[in-house]
Parts: sequence; C-alpha cells; structure tokens
Amino acid sequence: MKTLTKSALLIAGMSLAACSNGTLFGSGGGIGGSGNGAFGANGGVGVSALDPASVGYFNETVGNKILFDVDQSTLNASGRSILDGQVAWLRANPAFIAVIEGHADEQGTREYNLALGARRSNAVREYLVSQGIAGTRLRTLTYGKERPIAACSTESCYAQNRRAVTILSGSGTS
Amino acid sequence: MRQFIGAILFAASATLGCIAPSTSMAQPLRLEITDGVIEPLPFALPTFISETSNAGEMAQQISGLVADDLRGTGLFRQIQPEAFISQISAFGAPVQYPDWRAINAQALITGAVSVSGNGRVTVKFRLYDVFTGSELGQGLQFVGTTDGWRRIAHKVADEVYARITGEGPYFDSRVVFVGETGPKENRAKRLGIMDFDGANVQYLTDSSAIVLAPRFSPDGERVLYTSYETGFPRIYVLDVGRVSRRALDVPDGSMSFAPRFAPDGRTVVFSLTTGGNTDLYTLDVRTNARTRLTSTPAIETAPSYSPDGRSIVFESDRSGSPQLYIMPATGGEARRISTGAGRYGTPVWSPKGDLIAFTKQNRGRFHIGVMRTDGSEERLLTASFLDEGPTWSPNGRVIMFTRETQGANGAPALYSVDISGRNLAKVRTQTAASDPSWSPLQR
Repeated sequence: MKTLTKSALLIAGMSLAACSNGTLFGSGGGIGGSGNGAFGANGGVGVSALDPASVGYFNETVGNKILFDVDQSTLNASGRSILDGQVAWLRANPAFIAVIEGHADEQGTREYNLALGARRSNAVREYLVSQGIAGTRLRTLTYGKERPIAACSTESCYAQNRRAVTILSGSGTS
Repeated sequence: MRQFIGAILFAASATLGCIAPSTSMAQPLRLEITDGVIEPLPFALPTFISETSNAGEMAQQISGLVADDLRGTGLFRQIQPEAFISQISAFGAPVQYPDWRAINAQALITGAVSVSGNGRVTVKFRLYDVFTGSELGQGLQFVGTTDGWRRIAHKVADEVYARITGEGPYFDSRVVFVGETGPKENRAKRLGIMDFDGANVQYLTDSSAIVLAPRFSPDGERVLYTSYETGFPRIYVLDVGRVSRRALDVPDGSMSFAPRFAPDGRTVVFSLTTGGNTDLYTLDVRTNARTRLTSTPAIETAPSYSPDGRSIVFESDRSGSPQLYIMPATGGEARRISTGAGRYGTPVWSPKGDLIAFTKQNRGRFHIGVMRTDGSEERLLTASFLDEGPTWSPNGRVIMFTRETQGANGAPALYSVDISGRNLAKVRTQTAASDPSWSPLQR
C-alpha cells in the first residue's frame, strides 16, 4: 500500500511535470486562454510546484478556480476558502496582477451567460478587495458560455464550467 | 464585398409588357398565409427560354433557383416538367391555359434569359393565374451581371412570392453569422456573411479572437458585433462594403456586448457591464453621446427596438429569473410581458411591430417562440436541446436561429422556421454556425 501510494505520487508528479510547460506558465498573458488549472483528477494525492511564488504553485496548490451553483454568483464556503488562499498569495507576491475570468455553463442564452459570468468574476474581485488586495491589481472578464473546460452536456460538466478563474500575470520578482 | 453588391444594378422597374394586368380576375390567385394547415400551392415553372445562344446554362440555373426559393417556403409545390402538356417555346407566345389547368397548376411562371457580350444578364418573367386565365401583375425584367445571377433569381422569386401571398418578400437578402470550427472547449469563431440560402459566403473577420452575435444596421450596410480582440468583450461596428471596423466608444475597463441598432441607424442600444452589473445604455455613433437606460442591480441585456423606434424589449432577471420587459426607448418604467413558465431571453421585435420572437428555456429544453407585444398568444415554434437567438426575415414570416446539439461533439447550426411553426429547415453552411442576423431586403 505504501509503495503503491509512492509510485502513484511519482507517476502523478511526472505527468504533471510533463504538462506543466504548457499549462502552468503558458497562460501568463492572462488574456488569451482560459485558465484550466492543472489541479485535476489525481486521486487526492497532493502534487505541486515547489516554488511557492510561482504561478504553478498558485494555480495548483492555492487553487486558481472556484465553482458556483446554477445561476448563482454568490461564493460558497469552499470558494471563500480558496479565495482566502489567493489573498494570502497575492499579498506575498505583490508584483502579480490578475484577470478574473467568469464562466457559465451552456444552459442559458449567450447574452445572459455573458452577464452572469461578469457577476461571477466580480464576486471574486470584490471578495479579494474586501480582504485587502488592491483593486488596481484585479481586472474582471466574462467569457459567458464561450470557453467551457468540460465539454459534455450533463451536470458533471456543467458544474465544472460554472467557474471563476484567477489568471495571474506579472514578472513574479517580488 | 462592396463591389459585389454594387455591381449589380437592377432595372427593376423597367416593365416589359404592353399588356396591362388583368383587372377582371374573378378568383384572383392568392395564397392567404394563415396559421391553419396550408395546402402548398402548385406551380409550373418551365425552364426559362434562353434568348441568346450562350444563355442556356444561366437559364437553367436561374429557373432552378426561382423554383428552389418558392419550394423552400413550404407554401408552394412544384409540378414536375414531365407532367407538362404544353411547352413554352417563346416568351411572348400565348399561354394555353387549359393545358396548365389540366395538370392542376395554379400558377405558371415563364421567363427568358439573355446574356450580352459584356457579361450582362437580362431576365424577363411573367406570372400567370392559370385558373382565371390571366396574367397576375405585369411582366418584369431584371438586369445584372453573370456572377450576380443568384440575386436576379431571388428577385424574380420575390416578385412571384409577393404577388401570390400579398406579403413582402425576403429571398434577396443576406445573413451575417458566426462561423465556428474547432473543439467545444476552444472554439474558433469568425464573422461570415452569406445569402439567406447559404450561398456566396464571405468571411469578414479571421478567427484570432472570439466574435459574437453580429447584428445588421437597418440599411444592411453595417454590422455591430462583439469581439474579444482586446482580450475583453467589446462592441465594434463593421462597414460590410469596406470590411473596415471601429470600436464603439465605451468606458475603459468596462465590458460591452449585445448591441443592436435603432431604426434610425445611428443609435445603438447595448449592454455595458461595470462592477459586475450589466445595464442597458444607448450610444449615438456620430456624437458618442452615451445614455444610461436602466439602473438596477439585475442583469439587463439583449435589447431590441420596436420598428417605430419608440420602445425597447429586453431581458432582465430583476424578478429573480430572466424574463422579457418593454420600456420606452429613452428608458423609464418597464412592464413585464413574459408570463409563462420558464426563463425567457433574446427578445427580437418583428419587422411589422406586432410580435416578439424570443428564446425560452423550460424544463431542460429550449424553444424559439413568438408572442404579441403585450405578452399574449405565446406560441412555441421549436423545441430542442438548445435553440436560441431568433432573427426575423425582412417580411416577418420566417425566423432563423441557432440550434446546438448536445454533448462533447455538439455543434451549432442555423435553422429557419415559419412563424406558424411549419417548415423547419437547416440552413446550408460550410462550417458549424451560430448567431444569425437577417438583413433587410437588398435594393
């Protein structure tokens, strides 16, 4: 059991490292891509970038993504907890700025979902500002239903798509 | 683009005949379009006569497209040429009405095509009411270029449709839309423009940035749309002829989308998001004067003007779920018009002013529907996993919309449906497509 866990950790770490070039640092511009985050189905085994000041660490360990209920833009406890981590990280790394993307699932019209995504990104921004992050470091962006991360048409995908993603940019030299 | 449209000069009013239209029609040929079941009206359309030796292929193509347009409405049925007793040997030859009556043709369309040495096409046509044995309206001729032959055919079909139904026509019109390629998670989108039947596609943008929901100006010469080319959603206005565009003047740091022109062609109503809240504004595109129309913490979006420019129908979730409201074009008190179960969105005022088309989401299904402007007489025309974004044909008889299939391989396509709910048809496009906007009738 112990060895199994270890090897699973190793494999997970390798696969993460393999994709980290594209995923962890590729979206540094913040605008072009929607942040997918590398924190995925790794069976609860914690794997993270080593440098706590890295974008990779923020995306995987702090968590760059929070989820919302259907049609909602209010933050739930789990979302607030992730955002508290983002607050701490942003305080410790003041050279970074962020664009907060708001997304919706495909249930709903294009226009309404754009407005809903804007609500979600703003809810995140307001929370971060309320915890002391300068508003000038945070910009909001809505993609509506234009950039799902999960393509299926069932609730399991919809739940992943109703999200706000904090996309960092900046030199990182703090 | 400009050259293409501009090069086609129609002598539409150059009437041909010396024969006055019959005024003694006992039972004039007339198809009343009602909401009841319609028996398609049978017509005969012998291949147009080629009057110059080089016009044979063009005559075939134009005759075929006129027939396609009429059949495509679901209101007409074409009688196959094999059934013809009479042949039309010359455009001016007398019509043998009994021969056409015998095969049950109610309408007979005859025509002739000539092509001049410099590539100009002349198409003449006449429409006959077979049962009363008289011509319906006067013969007409259209002149255009060989590469614009489809427009000439659409013009002929428009005349036939209008004379028989008494409704305005819609075949000589265009549709601007979003062409889509690539996987669902990273769809590439670009603006396209095409004839209403999917022919003559041209792309107006590349797919380097997401583009959404193009909307024609009242004169059909400009298109409003939303693009992510700065990284954030922002409204642009594109001159279709020059394929040049400029951004609408909006505050820094805001996001703007869902634009539509007012009937004056100068005012744009749109959604502007600041601080997470989406409200409706207007912008005068000449002076850049901006006016705020709504100030609620709710989402206000998808605005559409009444044809007289005095009112705006829009979508708001101020009641707790998205519903339809109408307010004065200058803002002010809004009254809710949607009262049925479910969520309502993307309302669009009909060209005649009598109906509102909308998207409805109810119990996991999407519908395109119409209702009167007071919200009464709601009728759902379609049902599927995802139907949205209706746009009206120039005559208000047909609605085009986006239908998206479900699942990881789901993709959108354009469909049209008669406002009676009949004649649902997929519009031919080269790639997946969404967000159609129907132009006014071309001149």
